[in-house]
Amino acid sequence: MIIGGKETVLVQGITGKQGTFWSERMRDYGSRIIGGVNPRRAGERHLDLPVWASAQDAAKDQKIDAAVMFVPPFGVKEAALDIIAAGVRKIVCLTEHVPVQDTMYFLAAARERGAQVIGPNTAGLVTTGVSFVGFMPAFNQRVFQKGDIGVISRSGSLGTLLCLNLVQAGLGISSFVGIGGDPIIGTTTRDALMALDKDPATKAIALVGEIGGAMEEAAAEYAASMKKPVAAFIAGAASPPGKKMGHAGAIVMGDRGSYAGKKAALEEAGVTVCATPNEVPGVLKARLKR
Amino acid sequence: MNFTEHAGKAALRAAGIPTPEGIVARTPEDVADAARRIGKCVIKAQVLTGKRGKAGGIKLATTPEEAANHARAILGMTIGEHKVDHVLVDPQVNIAREMYAAVLNDPETQGPLLLFSPEGGMDIEEIAAEHPHALLRLPISIIKGLDEEALAAAVRRYDPPAAGAITDILVKLYEAYRASDAELVEINPLVQMRDGHFIALDCKLTVDDSALTRQEALAHSGTPDKTTDLEARAKALHLKYIELDGEVGVLANGAGLTMTTMDAIRHFGGQPANFMEIGGDSYTKAVPALEIVLANPNVKALLVNFCGAFARTDVMAEGVINAWLHLKPKIPIVFTIHGTGEDEAIAMVRERLGIEPHDLMDDAVKAAVAAAKGARA
Repeated sequence: MIIGGKETVLVQGITGKQGTFWSERMRDYGSRIIGGVNPRRAGERHLDLPVWASAQDAAKDQKIDAAVMFVPPFGVKEAALDIIAAGVRKIVCLTEHVPVQDTMYFLAAARERGAQVIGPNTAGLVTTGVSFVGFMPAFNQRVFQKGDIGVISRSGSLGTLLCLNLVQAGLGISSFVGIGGDPIIGTTTRDALMALDKDPATKAIALVGEIGGAMEEAAAEYAASMKKPVAAFIAGAASPPGKKMGHAGAIVMGDRGSYAGKKAALEEAGVTVCATPNEVPGVLKARLKR
Repeated sequence: MNFTEHAGKAALRAAGIPTPEGIVARTPEDVADAARRIGKCVIKAQVLTGKRGKAGGIKLATTPEEAANHARAILGMTIGEHKVDHVLVDPQVNIAREMYAAVLNDPETQGPLLLFSPEGGMDIEEIAAEHPHALLRLPISIIKGLDEEALAAAVRRYDPPAAGAITDILVKLYEAYRASDAELVEINPLVQMRDGHFIALDCKLTVDDSALTRQEALAHSGTPDKTTDLEARAKALHLKYIELDGEVGVLANGAGLTMTTMDAIRHFGGQPANFMEIGGDSYTKAVPALEIVLANPNVKALLVNFCGAFARTDVMAEGVINAWLHLKPKIPIVFTIHGTGEDEAIAMVRERLGIEPHDLMDDAVKAAVAAAKGARA
């Protein structure tokens, strides 16, 4: 789920306000935006790029490596199924508030076709100085400088803060992987950790998690086998626990999901867990020296 | 959104699962009337929490007078912070066996998961932990739907004679889950009566908040979360606000950054007064957001932490500054601003408020915590 400079990118919802704004920024940054989809404006040009009726139509004219969705919540399932049917292998879903059963449906379809979904509810992907898809401020040089730290974050705002802290401390970012804040997402913390572990441009990893779910616990299992240093920050230590109804949640989740449980699992695996995001750069610097 | 028992049972009945035909009542008189029509009955507090029976919120009655007496005790009772303002009067059922059934969103398999146990009742978590084989866990392909043959075969291992009837209930339970965009629908207990028929004696239903606008009919029967006046005001404006006990007011964008700001306040010796998030599509709502945060009299200092990706910090900062100059609060305000639009935002804070935003979040948090303590002394 690292975005490369050669990959062609299709924008679902390119003609909307946000689609337009961010498509221009992605293209200016160097991302290979090849056009977009809007069924009502098929055949027109927008931002001097072609507009198709569907991703499947676009795929007849162009090779599409990745697609990014600026699509409202109830339209996401259909748009995603179109992208998957077009044979696109990398799908970035930015939309917040997608009904979870819709998400589960198109994630299952993506698995059948071997497509990788990032999100929903992600801020996107950045490979510093090369390409970005989504709405991260990749072009802001106080937030993104080229370097060798890989960053994984469920949250866009918190991920931005972490990148900024790394740059303030004189470090830089190889790739940013926004995995998304929804309870069910296509690329998990563990998936992202594996990808950055295998990425030759990444020497160390900053991992930003949140309370709830069991993704940090699953990532910890993988981290135990890693040689690259990992520093983590888990948001939510001071947040009141969410209300849970019924017994089924407890049966399925057991004691996973709490701040204490995640911290213990990560530390057990050799990950340094920081009390605030500002502490992450110092920890990584020290661990890289060792 | 969570649904109390009677609203959940209505969703089960819509899918064809039998439940007792009960009556909802809000006064002892109405409970007595219901008991007169029903006969031997059970009076059940309708609150969004478990352990109602242990708290005395579920009582059997044989006469209308007895029913009214129980209702007088139950109505107005508080169970796990929830005040009881209505009860369900259900006919009593002859219970031969209690079982357990649920369908929920499973993050692990990223699809629906069906749970069934021939042993139901209150201790299902312990049963599941201590006797994992007593619990059927069946992941379902949301594309292909429930594989009824595989389900029937699995259920036969637990209860050969009743497998057909149980499978039928579970198929309908999955339909109810799909039709209502549920995160969870749970029947505990699923009762086999002495005549052999099955009936859902209780129901817990949670519907995905993201789907509520396409579940209009259902949404009306759900129970809104208990909120304070300020939380209700924020909700009406589609702002995510949670009132807390501390003294440092928080205004940030994005759920992750807002939670982190609260964590950092606590880490540096303060306590957050609230969660208030104006990220994403809400980034233009800084003015009403600030008004709500400041309306909490416990707030002794305000910490503004913006880190803009999608949300533009200049738009958010302008809103905060306008509201601040309009409301003229007598408390200190501390800023830390980064990301999209930061140069304009920082310049505006300097020029119009004469305040220098902190470059590091930790420094801003320390300053806000100290300011809140100073104001309190």
